[in-house]
Amino acid sequence: MSRIIRYVFYDILRTRFVIFYTLFLLGSTFALFQLDADPGKVILSMMNVVLMVVPLVSIVFASIHFYNSYEFIELMIAQPVNRKSVFMGQYFAVASSLSLALLTGAGLPMPFYGITPAGIALLYTGILLTWVFVSLAFLSAVLTRDKAKAIGVALLFWFYFSLIYDGLILWVMYSFMDYPLEKVTLALVSLNPVDLARIILLLQLDISALMGYTGAFYKAFFGSSAGILFSAGVLVLWVVLPVWLSLRIFMRKDL
Amino acid sequence: MVLPGRYTGNNIKIAKPLTLIGVDFPVLDGEGKHQIFTVAAGNVTITGFELTNTGISSVKDLAGVEAIGADYLRIFNNRFIGTYFGVHVANTKACVIEKNFFRANERKEYETGNGIHLWQCSDAVIRNNYITRHRDGIYFEFVTRSLIEHNLCVNNMRYGLHFMFSHQDEYRNNVFSKNGAGVAVMYTHNVKMEYNKFEQNEGNSVFGLLLKDISDSEVKHNTFIKNTMAVYLEGVSRTRFEGNNFKLNGYGIRLQANCDANTFTQNNFLSNTFDLATNGTLVLNNIDGNYWDKYQGYDLNQDQIGDVPYRPVNLYSMVVERVPAAVFLWRSFMVFLLDRAEKALPVITPENLKDNYPRMKPYDYRSSA
Repeated sequence: MSRIIRYVFYDILRTRFVIFYTLFLLGSTFALFQLDADPGKVILSMMNVVLMVVPLVSIVFASIHFYNSYEFIELMIAQPVNRKSVFMGQYFAVASSLSLALLTGAGLPMPFYGITPAGIALLYTGILLTWVFVSLAFLSAVLTRDKAKAIGVALLFWFYFSLIYDGLILWVMYSFMDYPLEKVTLALVSLNPVDLARIILLLQLDISALMGYTGAFYKAFFGSSAGILFSAGVLVLWVVLPVWLSLRIFMRKDL
Repeated sequence: MVLPGRYTGNNIKIAKPLTLIGVDFPVLDGEGKHQIFTVAAGNVTITGFELTNTGISSVKDLAGVEAIGADYLRIFNNRFIGTYFGVHVANTKACVIEKNFFRANERKEYETGNGIHLWQCSDAVIRNNYITRHRDGIYFEFVTRSLIEHNLCVNNMRYGLHFMFSHQDEYRNNVFSKNGAGVAVMYTHNVKMEYNKFEQNEGNSVFGLLLKDISDSEVKHNTFIKNTMAVYLEGVSRTRFEGNNFKLNGYGIRLQANCDANTFTQNNFLSNTFDLATNGTLVLNNIDGNYWDKYQGYDLNQDQIGDVPYRPVNLYSMVVERVPAAVFLWRSFMVFLLDRAEKALPVITPENLKDNYPRMKPYDYRSSA
């Protein structure tokens, strides 16, 4: 499996797309640091990049990549290699190359302008989100044979988690505003990796505003070691579950 | 003159004009039971003592120095360590409390008194004191024409400064930091608050500055940093807010709709989560001519005044007002879209609450503060 990871990894790093992605992140991060003297505000703008662009790029690139290497996968499976290592090899190679791009693109400028806890949190959540969305992309890729359909499903995932889900939550909260909602929202947040990542970052940034009752509740929860374990655990679950599901489908699939 | 040493003070009564000077801070110990000084005459001066261990009583306000009807009282260069009330003055004209240090024992809120407590006084001067761990740092009730300046109120249990029915007072160059609930000013008219600093008053229902039923007052050149709610106004009228800096607060200004004829001008709003929040659509206040760092308009004629009015009330702050739990969706893409839509076409936010002359660049107050 490690040999497959290595081949695919180098193969992806050579493609123009990942290089563009890295350069885009590098350019925007440097530009943001140049435009604004306040590192807090820079992290805030970069938070939008991490919460919007990183999931989008991860999910679209991963699903396109999967279809582009369909022939390679078929060839590999014809060899005496088991399906699991082919599939997982692909997965690890894609996820780690995108993480590497994020780490260099967004992380490289940081030492020049000062490393802050918020910056570290930003990279940490960005990398976790990359893995989550690559997982979701692989799931959408194994669900259907049609490339366009799979990309559509992938985009739907992205839309759902970044936009639709929050709208639904807001609607639920408005309908049940007479009830204490803190614990309920905590559960609802866990069902969306993007929200979870945003709250981890918000607690690093908007401390004052979040200090109201709800904010204090969240801070008490996510600030405690149990909360940190919980949020990391849930995000890891968001990585593992789709991969496990898609691996199961892939193992039984007639290619 | 009193020489250094340790004296157990059991309610020393001073009934005639007298000057008491402590040499090298002699300690007057109330043994956890008694009050230390009771002053009942004019022209008394107390300086250079360390007063400690007064008793705690919820019936009598035991104090380091209690003064009733002590006109021209002067208390300076003393240390009040572990007193219940520090200085408790009533019915007194022209007292001066200067350069004292107050530190209460760490107890629960109801087990500690106020640092400087004035009741029905006038023309008082309170200057250069350091007050910490008391219930209220400085407490005024029915105190008129007085001056509070250069004091430092840190880590008090309740309010750094708390005053009610105290007209025509001035507060200058004080620092109120990390107090339980910030600073509260209530039922007062003609107050001037200038060059004060309110910082890190954080928590639920905690304010940098709480103004309730205030009128004809001035709040100028103050700095508000990292407060959950920098200024909270309720029933405030004809008050002028000018040249203040609001930085890194949760809410810059929270303006209840029952405030009227107030003016906010030449203030800086920098990196606050919500600059201005309100609870109604009725607008009776003027907010022209401030700098808002979230302003995105343009300035074609280059006169440093933005050509498009700015509406500082954020749609989402209205949502959070109604559903506090919704704060966790803050900064999500959907909220951003809602906000943009609302900015283009105000439906929920008060349409007339806007700055018609927003400044393009922040005012520079660093030289003056």
